Amino acid sequence: MVMKLQLTKLAHARSGDKGDTANVGLIALRDEFYPILVREVTAERVKEHFKGICLGEVERFELPNLGALNFLLHESLGGGGTLSLMTDAQGKTFSTALLRMEIEVTEQEATDLHG
Amino acid sequence: MKQKIRIAAGQGFWGDLPEAPVRQVEGGPIDYLMLDYLAEVTMSIMQKQKTRDPNAGYAKDFVPLMRRILPACVERDIKVTANAGGVNVRGCADAVIEVARELGLGGKVRIGIVTGDDIMSRLDELLARGIELRNMDTDEPLSTVRDKIQSANAYLGAWPIVDALNQGGQIVITGRATDTGLTLAPMIHEFGWPENDWNRLASGTIAGHIIECGAQASGGNCQYEWRSIPNLADVGFPIAEASPDGTFVITKHERTGGWIIIPSIKEQLVYEMGDPHEYITPDCVADFTTIRLEYEGRDRVRVYGIEGRAATEFLKVSISYSAGFKAVGTLVYSWPDAYDKAQAADRILRSRLDRLGLKFDQVLTEFVGVNATHGPLAGLPRSDLPEVQLRVGVRGQDRSPVERFTKEIAPLILTGPPAVTGFAGGRPKVEEIVAYWPALIPKEEITPVVEVLGT
Repeated sequence: MVMKLQLTKLAHARSGDKGDTANVGLIALRDEFYPILVREVTAERVKEHFKGICLGEVERFELPNLGALNFLLHESLGGGGTLSLMTDAQGKTFSTALLRMEIEVTEQEATDLHG
Repeated sequence: MKQKIRIAAGQGFWGDLPEAPVRQVEGGPIDYLMLDYLAEVTMSIMQKQKTRDPNAGYAKDFVPLMRRILPACVERDIKVTANAGGVNVRGCADAVIEVARELGLGGKVRIGIVTGDDIMSRLDELLARGIELRNMDTDEPLSTVRDKIQSANAYLGAWPIVDALNQGGQIVITGRATDTGLTLAPMIHEFGWPENDWNRLASGTIAGHIIECGAQASGGNCQYEWRSIPNLADVGFPIAEASPDGTFVITKHERTGGWIIIPSIKEQLVYEMGDPHEYITPDCVADFTTIRLEYEGRDRVRVYGIEGRAATEFLKVSISYSAGFKAVGTLVYSWPDAYDKAQAADRILRSRLDRLGLKFDQVLTEFVGVNATHGPLAGLPRSDLPEVQLRVGVRGQDRSPVERFTKEIAPLILTGPPAVTGFAGGRPKVEEIVAYWPALIPKEEITPVVEVLGT
């Protein structure tokens, strides 16, 4: 049995910019959540989640030492920096945009979450 | 050799909390104060200032700050590293020397200056020799924007700052230098790390990355349990307490607000990070996947285990160039049907811009309160929103259409949908767009120059 869970229950995040690329760091709230993030929050799913916002590729990097994933969302900031007309030209709210994403966990995992 | 040194972050960017560096000096024991004044395109602003006034071109705020803290720094042997010099490092140093003399500190403090980063006058010579300075993101050659360039500076690393400290500089002022170098240099100077000690250089670099955004490591912009963060009004900026073996503790002064906890450090670690295996600086390549964190007491996080690799043969260069003009206009529509009204106003505005035949590279409409930050992820708004801000921006190569656009916002108040306000700010300003061109240059092309001046 699988259950849907919003990433806010499993992770916190911070985002920033590198030119026209938004970087989003996704950090497991507890160490034991990290494997779930690795399994569920793939670059493809993040690209799908940010459809219409991220116009380029999504790259994913793993930092098991920090229980974190780093995503680079290319072509997401309307040109980035001073070129961009966006309210969030610096990409600082992409963190919480990613936390809106829903993923699937097993019933056991969901139970363990509340442990 | 000191067994530990405390490097305090004073400014995360030019325009950060003005009292923060003063509080770092007054709030407890520190050995170094690190200040970052240069964002990506700050140099172009300073270049313009220098064109108008040859004595200008540096971060003016640095001088009154020195006036406030220099006596304490001299008395307690606190050294300062700051990239406040901008494109006029000598001018900045002269202003600080004058302050020192006015405070009766003449002869008691030495000012180190680091230059050699400015390659503005060398661009044609470099291009002629085949150093193309291609854009690192788009791979275009610099020649495509040659006539629009406003500033060009190489990012120097820690070693010129180490030189200045080794030569007795107590207040070290640089032009363009990496933020991490400002923190790493004191460690190299105090602990005598050699140029090829990649692991320790990587450690110092990562310490720099943690504290370079100021309070963003100590509770500011902290998404983790943000409601629980104590007393952010009085947030203590972070301090890196470094040891000779390369390990360090991130902490802050006692009796300050904010917190130093592993989640907030992790958030700062991933900030503006690309490939974590390869965090490239002039001094080394740091591997963020080797970082280990553990608590060493309240508001003390120990960082250890860091590994690094040899530095590359290149320095990064930041070039700024004119890229057109932009303007953003806003109006606020109130209940009922705030979103519908704002959308109707947007349609009317765009129709008028079309009829005027105005051409732009981009017109962007956002609805603040509905979907300006998360776009389509925000879903449909509630139907009874109290107000919505219409925000329309335009961008183009020519100033005239952008200027003309700014005159179409206010009229919407009397010629558009009802219950509109939020126009007291007046006509939007036309901004010249100064864009950022990152490139690489072989290290052998750049010669840092270090001088130490007496007062």
